[in-house]
Amino acid sequence: MNITFLLNGETVDVDTHPTQTLLDWLREKRRLTGTKEGCNEGDCGACSVMVTDETGARTLNACILFMPQLHGKAVRTVEGLAAPDGTLHPVQQAMIDNHGSQCGFCTPGFVMSMATAHLNGRTDHDDILAGNLCRCTGYAPIIRAAQASEGTSVPDHMRDVTPQLGETDIPAPTTSDELAQWYMDHPEGTLIAGATDVGLWVTKHFTDLGDVAFLNRCADLQQIEDQGDALRIGAAVTMTDVLGAIRDLNPSYAEMIRRYGSEQVRNAATIGGNIANGSPIGDNPPALIALGATLHLRRGDTRRDIPIEDFFIAYGKQDRQSGEFVEAVTVPKTAPALRCYKLSKRFDQDISAVCGCFNITVEGGVITAARIAFGGMAGTPKRAASVEAALVGRPWAFETLQAAAENLTEDFQPMSDMRASAAYRMEAAQGQLLRYFDDINGKAMNVLEVRA
Amino acid sequence: MSVTKPLPHDAAKLHVTGTARYVDDVPMPAGTLHLAFGTSTVARGTLKSVNLEKVKQAPGVVAVLTAKDLPFASDVSPSIHDEPLLSDGTVHYVGQPIFLVVAQTHLQARFAARQGDIQYIEETPIFSIEDALAADARFEDGPRVYTKGDITSALSSAPNRLQGRLEMGGQEHFYLEGQAALALPQEGGDMVVHSSTQHPTEIQHKVADALGVDMHSVRVEIRRMGGGFGGKESQGNALAVSCAIAARATGQPCKMRYDRDDDMTITGKRHDFRIDYDVGYDANGRLTGVDFTHYTRCGWAQDLSLPVADRAMLHADNAYLLPAARITSHRLKTNMQSATAYRGFGGPQGMLGIERVMDHVAHALGKDPADVRRVNYYAAPDAVTGSSEGKAGTGRRFGAKHSPVIEGENTTPYDMEVTDFILHEMTETLLADADYESRKAAVDEWNAKHTTLKKGIAFNPVKFGISFTLTHLNQAGALVHVYQDGSIQLNHGGTEMGQGLFQKVAQVAAARFGVDLSAVKITATDTGKVPNTSATAASSGTDLNGMAVQNACDIIRDRIAGCLAEIHDTAVGDVAFRDGKVMVGNVEMSFADAAKIAYENRVSLSATGFYKTPDVAWDRIAGKGRPFFYFAYGAAVSEVVIDTLTGENRLLRVDVLHDAGASLNPALDIGQIEGGFVQGAGWLTTEELVWDDTGRLRTHAPSTYKIPACSDRPEVFNVALWDGENRAETVYRSKAVGEPPFMLGISAHLALADACGACGATYPDLQAPATAQEVLQAVKRARA
Repeated sequence: MNITFLLNGETVDVDTHPTQTLLDWLREKRRLTGTKEGCNEGDCGACSVMVTDETGARTLNACILFMPQLHGKAVRTVEGLAAPDGTLHPVQQAMIDNHGSQCGFCTPGFVMSMATAHLNGRTDHDDILAGNLCRCTGYAPIIRAAQASEGTSVPDHMRDVTPQLGETDIPAPTTSDELAQWYMDHPEGTLIAGATDVGLWVTKHFTDLGDVAFLNRCADLQQIEDQGDALRIGAAVTMTDVLGAIRDLNPSYAEMIRRYGSEQVRNAATIGGNIANGSPIGDNPPALIALGATLHLRRGDTRRDIPIEDFFIAYGKQDRQSGEFVEAVTVPKTAPALRCYKLSKRFDQDISAVCGCFNITVEGGVITAARIAFGGMAGTPKRAASVEAALVGRPWAFETLQAAAENLTEDFQPMSDMRASAAYRMEAAQGQLLRYFDDINGKAMNVLEVRA
Repeated sequence: MSVTKPLPHDAAKLHVTGTARYVDDVPMPAGTLHLAFGTSTVARGTLKSVNLEKVKQAPGVVAVLTAKDLPFASDVSPSIHDEPLLSDGTVHYVGQPIFLVVAQTHLQARFAARQGDIQYIEETPIFSIEDALAADARFEDGPRVYTKGDITSALSSAPNRLQGRLEMGGQEHFYLEGQAALALPQEGGDMVVHSSTQHPTEIQHKVADALGVDMHSVRVEIRRMGGGFGGKESQGNALAVSCAIAARATGQPCKMRYDRDDDMTITGKRHDFRIDYDVGYDANGRLTGVDFTHYTRCGWAQDLSLPVADRAMLHADNAYLLPAARITSHRLKTNMQSATAYRGFGGPQGMLGIERVMDHVAHALGKDPADVRRVNYYAAPDAVTGSSEGKAGTGRRFGAKHSPVIEGENTTPYDMEVTDFILHEMTETLLADADYESRKAAVDEWNAKHTTLKKGIAFNPVKFGISFTLTHLNQAGALVHVYQDGSIQLNHGGTEMGQGLFQKVAQVAAARFGVDLSAVKITATDTGKVPNTSATAASSGTDLNGMAVQNACDIIRDRIAGCLAEIHDTAVGDVAFRDGKVMVGNVEMSFADAAKIAYENRVSLSATGFYKTPDVAWDRIAGKGRPFFYFAYGAAVSEVVIDTLTGENRLLRVDVLHDAGASLNPALDIGQIEGGFVQGAGWLTTEELVWDDTGRLRTHAPSTYKIPACSDRPEVFNVALWDGENRAETVYRSKAVGEPPFMLGISAHLALADACGACGATYPDLQAPATAQEVLQAVKRARA
């Protein structure tokens, strides 16, 4: 299929296979070997590139980015970072001056992440670089370089303008109506939103995706609608945009999303994909369940709304019919009592061992309602029904939570895997419930907030 | 002088512009074929049937090779020829290569490699230490034992005694650039190989054997690796040999690079260890003796396990004078990846054992572990009566009030006298600079106020032996050309993996000729230029290659000086090289002019250089002698916080003082220290290797194996160099710096144990890696 995009300022028209990755295309077809393959699954950032569209510039992992996703966008790789006259970009110069590279293999990815943040005026370097792994430097000199380049002027050539679109034959519906029709026509087809998981089906599992539809041009799926007391979030809204929308409204959920994937992953991944995927370790579902979110499903012209927890039937099985897709999710705008605790081996860019989300309503010192959901504790994201039952009607007291924590063993029989043992998952989940009490009472301290 | 300057890495500009070339970036000739391995899915057994029809029919497949298709015995072991390139009919771990796919593209090769239909007759695999001991599955005939003094009476007569056990996990290298090789067939059966390797000579050797040619027919080149850390000392053999065999078979260039999952599944990692200890000590915490038993799972093949396990034994003392010691080392054969070299090469494991003992003893006595450490230190050179090197040292500026004066005896458990011990002064300086005592009090105070979160703080010293313990490896060669325009081309046997070796060595060359660094061209490591090289390993790169280059430069410089002295009728001693100029008596000329004159006077401006480390000799079976030329030292203080509900934890502040001798390049050395610390802390915290009960490695990608990310570095990270010359005669009196700082990361583990210990009276017995899960268990133990 034919696509058009801007590569380092130059318009390119490419006839591409739908699942050709940008990384392979750059390295093999264009001999632009500055962009590196470190893991081929979006976890190391060595392949980071800057992609600009009408919403702005962001970093993406080229290894799990399919070429058709780039139609109409502008791509900048490390080869296009220095000015046309060879003058280094400020972050490149700062990396040299601060000894930010050793083996140099991760460096192109780092400078692309840094340059994109520099363009966007961001200085939250730890978050910006959470998706770029370096094994040599221990990161300290890279952060020094990032800080040193703060406030330097953005080179003009970094402000890419998206190209005029040529004709394309990529299957990319531009409205949800078109998508609904396409999916009715291709019920066995694969919907590709951010490709942060589907990308791995291709790069790691060699899955033939069959008919595909790309969702990134489906504008109405990318809207967040403020309904007064609720937000209706389109399925194709990226996690970056979800984070932006909830940062002030729901700080605990936002803090969890800050640690979800990485900058590059959040820039691609969509909330709908995270839900529809049905993974027991996706981080949105437990939060959405605790929030009491409503899921909007659509099949052709038929729509239905279900409580989101009902979507997850069993491991690998969701309440989704052939040709039906997630159109949006509606969440209460605020939930002051919501707390989300993401537990993983590493704080940033790690899949949760346990993701516990708690939303307990207290009136007059008595618990009147409780929505508690966990990821990583069962084959699906799931409510802790017996814990909730043990809480409701009881006084809001540490002892109440302590007693209710015992009920977790009735709700869950977690498994042992490479992320955690079953016993630890259970203990930690109970620990999260106890933490919630102090947290709500303003007493808890997060290890992330402690300083030497 | 170009030495001692904090210059950037020589390739820094290439790195940041994406133009630094790695093996996979080398332009491929048309027709280059791509390789992938089909691997075993069982941990132990024999091949019942191997049906590769679907592999052969897969798109793009050109050839499929099994062991019987290999022209010569294709062994890829770096030690005892126990690693056939492709299965010989038996399989010994999940991931062992069985067949080799040659295809038109990398993706086609990877796809086809999954299409094999292989049936096995499975045998019961050996995974655990217990199973290996029960089956007596081990390398070497029995455990290796080093002894000093009478350990039995030292323990039985000790005022106090305790025992313990520490399990520590292995570690995946996670070099960002995976293993890669490219073979280019030449005329007459010769082969040129580009290999991402720390050991080009071994690649050359293995490829020559596999092709049935002499080493002179194979040339191996490597400009740089995207990280090595020991993982490219022997693990690149299989790819290079495969490429060479396939290139010979097809007549086409062949390239192989592992996908990350393949890389982690196939290649070896750091050895995991169990260390049992039985220790006697007095009321001050001074050890009377310690009896260590090391168990390490070496995996299915020997690889470098013997010297790794040796080095663990050689670091069982770390910085402490042990009046009596016994170290027993079991090297166990298990059905897992063959564990291999990894930064520190067993040293970190051995060192963690004694650091754990210090902590345990301090806990038992209720003392500050830093105090217990210091009373056990080796004596400083001038504190030792009758020491062979009693002269004043180069760094004893702080009085060292903790230095014990020891009558005569200052030897390691392997009978090497410690003559350069500078940790008394370094410790005092670091603990003062890090404000250790008041921060420790502040931590106690903080912990008294907090129930859910607890802080911990800890200090550890590092004494790391420098030299290859296989003594003959302590040699290096160099080749230096001066061209008639005064430009200099530099080559040596060391390889660049990010550590800045090339830059440091170029700084040496520039200093010898008195020219600007820009006059020196660094070139790729090439077995055709410098032969018979040792691996760039054991932190030895600069020590060995820097000296070899210095030797070559001096030969040429002396020739130029001789020529100019003769022309100007002056003494050779009156010729000086500095600031890009050559002074001949009162005559001054540019270095370029001097080179031109020498050329016109028919002086050879090319020389090889050579160096061998003096004074090292030991008996590794007896465990006696001087395996090391000198020791490198370091010390660190770490502060952490833990959450006692979940075990989550953070490294808050780290202070490091490290001894790089008279640093050739402080910027590069600090880079090694910062990076080494974080990698060492990663080993002991978030990096956990998990195999399932069928022997499958379940942590085979960055999604499941978690090296430190950006925010895991300590927010406060103070790193300083101990400014002193190496007592040993090394290049410009610098010290090796590649591995030693890795072990500073031990302080992070000790600090976590300290925080766990703040939860109760019982010793928390924190194991490694201290994942959140393990921290929570230790909290519970402390409270028990």
